[in-house]
Amino acid sequence: MRIALRNCGLIDPEKIEEYIAEDGYFALGKCLTEFTREETIKEIKDSGLRGRGGGGFPTGLKWEITKNVEAGQKYVVCNADEGDPGAFMDRSILEGDPHSVIEAMAICGYCIGADTGLVYIRAEYPLAIERLKIAIKQAREFGLLGEGILGTNFNFDIELRYGAGAFVCGEETALIHSMEGLRGEPTVKPPFPSVSGYMGKPTNVNNVETFASVPVIINKGANWFNKIGTEKSKGTKVFALAGKINKVGLVEVPMGTTLREVIYDIGGGIVNGKEFKSVQTGGPSGGCLTKDFLDTPIDYDNLIAAGSMMGSGGMIVLDEDDCMVSIAKFYLEFTLEESCGKCTPCRIGNKRLFEILTKITEGNGVLEDIERLRVLSNVIKDTSLCGLGQSSPNPVLSTINNFEEEYRAHVVDGKCPAGQCKSLLRYDIVEDLCTGCTLCFRNCPVGAITGERREPHLIDQSLCIKCGVCFEKCKFNAITLI
Amino acid sequence: MDTVSLIIDNKPVVVKKGTTILEAASGIGVHVPTLCHMKLDDLNIENKPGGCRICVVEVEGRRNLAPACCTDVNEGMEVSTHSLRAINARRTVLELILSDHPADCLICAKSGNCDLQDMAHQLGTREIHYKGEQSHYRKDTSPAIIREIDKCIMCRRCEMMCNEVQTVGVLSAINRGFDSVVSPAFEMNLDHSECTYCGQCVAVCPTGALTEVDHTGKVIHALSDKTKTVIVQTAPAVRAALGEEFGMEAGTLVTGKLVAALRRLGFDHIFDTDFAADLTIMEEGTELLNRLGKHLAGDKDVKLPILTSCCPAWVKFFEHQFPEMKDIPSTARSPQQMFGSIAKTYFAEKLKIKREDLVVVSIMPCVAKKYECGRDEFKVNGNPDVDLVITTRELAALIKLSNIDFKSLPNEEFDNPLGESSGAGVIFGTTGGVIEAAVRTAYEIHTKKELPRLDFDELRGMEGIREATIDFDGLPIKIGIAHGLGNARKLLEDIQAGKSEFHAIEIMSCPGGCIGGGGQPYHHGNADILKKRQMAIYQEDSNKSIRKSHENPYIIKLYEEFLGEPMSEKAHHLLHTKYFDRTE
Repeated sequence: MRIALRNCGLIDPEKIEEYIAEDGYFALGKCLTEFTREETIKEIKDSGLRGRGGGGFPTGLKWEITKNVEAGQKYVVCNADEGDPGAFMDRSILEGDPHSVIEAMAICGYCIGADTGLVYIRAEYPLAIERLKIAIKQAREFGLLGEGILGTNFNFDIELRYGAGAFVCGEETALIHSMEGLRGEPTVKPPFPSVSGYMGKPTNVNNVETFASVPVIINKGANWFNKIGTEKSKGTKVFALAGKINKVGLVEVPMGTTLREVIYDIGGGIVNGKEFKSVQTGGPSGGCLTKDFLDTPIDYDNLIAAGSMMGSGGMIVLDEDDCMVSIAKFYLEFTLEESCGKCTPCRIGNKRLFEILTKITEGNGVLEDIERLRVLSNVIKDTSLCGLGQSSPNPVLSTINNFEEEYRAHVVDGKCPAGQCKSLLRYDIVEDLCTGCTLCFRNCPVGAITGERREPHLIDQSLCIKCGVCFEKCKFNAITLI
Repeated sequence: MDTVSLIIDNKPVVVKKGTTILEAASGIGVHVPTLCHMKLDDLNIENKPGGCRICVVEVEGRRNLAPACCTDVNEGMEVSTHSLRAINARRTVLELILSDHPADCLICAKSGNCDLQDMAHQLGTREIHYKGEQSHYRKDTSPAIIREIDKCIMCRRCEMMCNEVQTVGVLSAINRGFDSVVSPAFEMNLDHSECTYCGQCVAVCPTGALTEVDHTGKVIHALSDKTKTVIVQTAPAVRAALGEEFGMEAGTLVTGKLVAALRRLGFDHIFDTDFAADLTIMEEGTELLNRLGKHLAGDKDVKLPILTSCCPAWVKFFEHQFPEMKDIPSTARSPQQMFGSIAKTYFAEKLKIKREDLVVVSIMPCVAKKYECGRDEFKVNGNPDVDLVITTRELAALIKLSNIDFKSLPNEEFDNPLGESSGAGVIFGTTGGVIEAAVRTAYEIHTKKELPRLDFDELRGMEGIREATIDFDGLPIKIGIAHGLGNARKLLEDIQAGKSEFHAIEIMSCPGGCIGGGGQPYHHGNADILKKRQMAIYQEDSNKSIRKSHENPYIIKLYEEFLGEPMSEKAHHLLHTKYFDRTE
């Protein structure tokens, strides 16, 4: 079922005529000529649409709040600072159907009383930027942006603002500071942008996918939209499927679809017939869910209850070969890099979490480290300034909660069950099987193997770098990996 | 007035809407600890980025903990400031900060004066459970300020001072995540930046990340050199603050003890910068009247308003930021430099010694004075008019090092001839003081009448920008006052735009003037301390029998014996200066 991605790949995004042919700008016209601002907002509210950037805040309510703030100047901002590793939902929409976002921003502008829209887009998306520019130009030529849109007295135009690829600038206050030319740092809310945002004016910030859903809701009606999905999460959600799955890519499914349906029915199951281990949802600050959650219907609240989150729609599938401690470390390394550094728990706390995880994967962990991780993670969640820090320990907490035995294997038994943590691996030569062919001896890059020709060889563990070359080269299966 | 009722630590409290949890708690005697937050009441200075997260408190029904400093109260809110959850979080956050902070408290310049150290004590931290990599940055030194940013805790107070209050814009956060730190752009050295050395960053830094360049060692060496005559001058604001370093109440005047301490330290002559302040008034006041006279005579080339030039940070500020206006400020040197110049000519001649054998030490409330004394135009054949500058804080350290029990010292008198001063010289230490002193003299010279009153209340106060019109016997003189460089910028922009109607403007870089200087005892965010120092300065003025600069007998004598008259050729050579365009 395609709502946000309805036109992607089907129309030429550089031709406004093709968008119009698919009922494009019909919703804008309907709002401007048939609906009052209040009626339009009511339609969005009734649809149950919630923010697709990850927060899940009711979109219509956000518009209403911004509308109700008295101010001469207001702004509509589209958050196109998609920064989750592996996610490209927003990019696909902007590249494949830019007019859907432009149309929705104009509708939003009409509702809240703004005449200026700003798209905050990462400079790393050149094609999306190019297509947006073309689309904005065409919309102006067609009188769909600019002054007196569609013969009414509504004025609205859109400008682009470029981000330099900072993940934290997806946080709306940081995004606004970045647009103002300041350091991309979040500030304490309240005041919310809807009250005091860009240049201190009321600002409504929505994500690309949220906007892309709006024209359809207006065209087909709130009652059509709110029949799709679960009780509290309506419509569809786009996910970026990745990892150990046969079919990777974007998938748009109705809310309430189960993880199993997405992973097995749509994604075609696990690569090489391996066993499913976990699915990571919600991007770098989401969580890792076990197979027990495979039949959980996907929606905002269920994912949070399960210890993860919707996020902007990243979905990475892990199999039996993935080490959960390393996965937690991988995600934390990302947030560590992307923290703005403003608040202590995120700046230093995440660093310390990362160091403890590194210690564990290097085989130097102790049992207390697991509890230390848990305690520190909870304090970071409890005290961080913005959503980034408040959710950054999620990969750690969810892997500890769901895969604690794997952590214990690292620190108690000194083993990595998935065989990923090199420091915990041990290559040995089985004396009885070794023929003394010297192949391993000749290929070892660090000279850790010794032995006479036709005599069993020996690996010096203090020199071994665990590269596995000997294991691969041995023709007699004489090398074991523990 | 809308009020809000809430409960804090089981106590009901009613406060104004818009009050923060921190303020509401403080009202009922609950002092939630803070680190990055700092507020100087009445000066309109507040830092609350909500970044340190030390002040987190538990709010019933809220998902996460709330930073008390930047969370407004709500009706019916139930707050617990010392629940297990809040204490655990607060201690953990502090441990995290400490885990990235050098543990060299024993030898740190801020030991005993460090907000972070106090916090560790207050929270009873006995162990740091989190260990790991620590930040390491290059130590940056300049003529006045040392940046040891391994000790930076990202409270951003310095950044707020530099950008919002002073509008100098040198310090800001750079890098991301664990590597983020406050620094000049591209981690350049301070002395390559537009830093004015006002030292307000130092004044508010909670740790030892920003401190003054310590010259106490050089002073000790000079004092022990038998071949040198070492004289000392002490700025007006020092006497109103030095006592704080010895546990005395803020605003206690310690002029007599200060002189006694300096004498015991071994200085050969104890002089007063206030004397040079009187001299400044003679020169600057005359310059004002000259310019004003020409202006009234219709001379289109004359520049008004005249701006004061006592403050070295302010001088460096306009040299960087408004170089096209460098001919507007008075050409009069600062009192410190006038003193040095007179000491190494007039006084050295009296002593019959070479200027090279005379060491001039200044005690200043200021760190920029360290930079000022090193400017090339204040040197003769490479020998500076003022050799060494130490701050009020450094003097206190020197007194302690020399085993002097400051509090039990008797009151002693300055030496002559450079130790006598008028009340006008004293008030240089506070915002509004220089211009008031100038008015007292300029009025009498211009009108040739005695002033009916000496206290100009309309020029006093703590407001960032003040203005008043003084009646010079029928001639209305419009006066502006700004303290804080951001306020100065506003007045300068008005001049640039041709909107300024002032005849004279006094500018001081530091909020409060020199009493709030970057070299003064740390105020730890308590603005009352500044106000008490200001009151002390005015009290010292009232105590003086001579309160007008031109009536200082030693000033009169100096002109008779040496300088001739104000703005004379000799005065011009020794007491005036020129400014440079630093944008090139």
